[in-house]
Amino acid sequence: MIVGKSKPTRLINSIRALRFASGEMTQAQLAERIGVTRQTVIAIEQGRYSPSLEMAFQIAHVFKVPLDEVFQYPGTDGER
Amino acid sequence: MSYEEKGTWVYLVTSAGAYVVYLAIVLGQVQRMPVAHVSYVPVLLWTAGASIVASIVGRVVFETARPSGSRKSDVRDREINRFGEHASRWFVVAGAAAGLFMAMARWEYFWIANAIYLGFVLWAVAGSVVKLTAYHRGL
Repeated sequence: MIVGKSKPTRLINSIRALRFASGEMTQAQLAERIGVTRQTVIAIEQGRYSPSLEMAFQIAHVFKVPLDEVFQYPGTDGER
Repeated sequence: MSYEEKGTWVYLVTSAGAYVVYLAIVLGQVQRMPVAHVSYVPVLLWTAGASIVASIVGRVVFETARPSGSRKSDVRDREINRFGEHASRWFVVAGAAAGLFMAMARWEYFWIANAIYLGFVLWAVAGSVVKLTAYHRGL
């Protein structure tokens, strides 16, 4: 999981770990699979960009895992 | 840095640079003669035209020096572009409104044209700054 310095989103993700678990897939390879630039994959990994729901599903499909294994949205204590 | 982000940097530098050159030339004339006699139109047209040419050349040079992996814009580029245009549109509105009120008050054409031109420059510069901030800090 990556936590950026100045995150505009609370969404956290496991993309980096999933890439390494998928034969050390590069950011460029993932970007090509989901039809975005490598910079967008970097921004998502660092929590600087929240992907659309459709793109989130595309990423999950690439890794062949459920969506909530890629993205998590932690609630506050009061919400649980 | 993505292809679109490089383009935004080039646009920022050329827009601001062209306006600085325009101001330097026109302000030099303003100090020597009444504004009604200042020949600002050819300077405005030439600097605006030069900024367009410079942005094309600058983009080619930047891309040659630091090639991008892809020259296509993606969904994030488009969202950032929309965000920047939306945030900076008020400068164009303010420039147009200032020009309108100055015309109704019968100000010199010099001031009306320059108020509108300043609105466009601020729109370009502020929009670019907002976009570059979004590229680096996120939307």
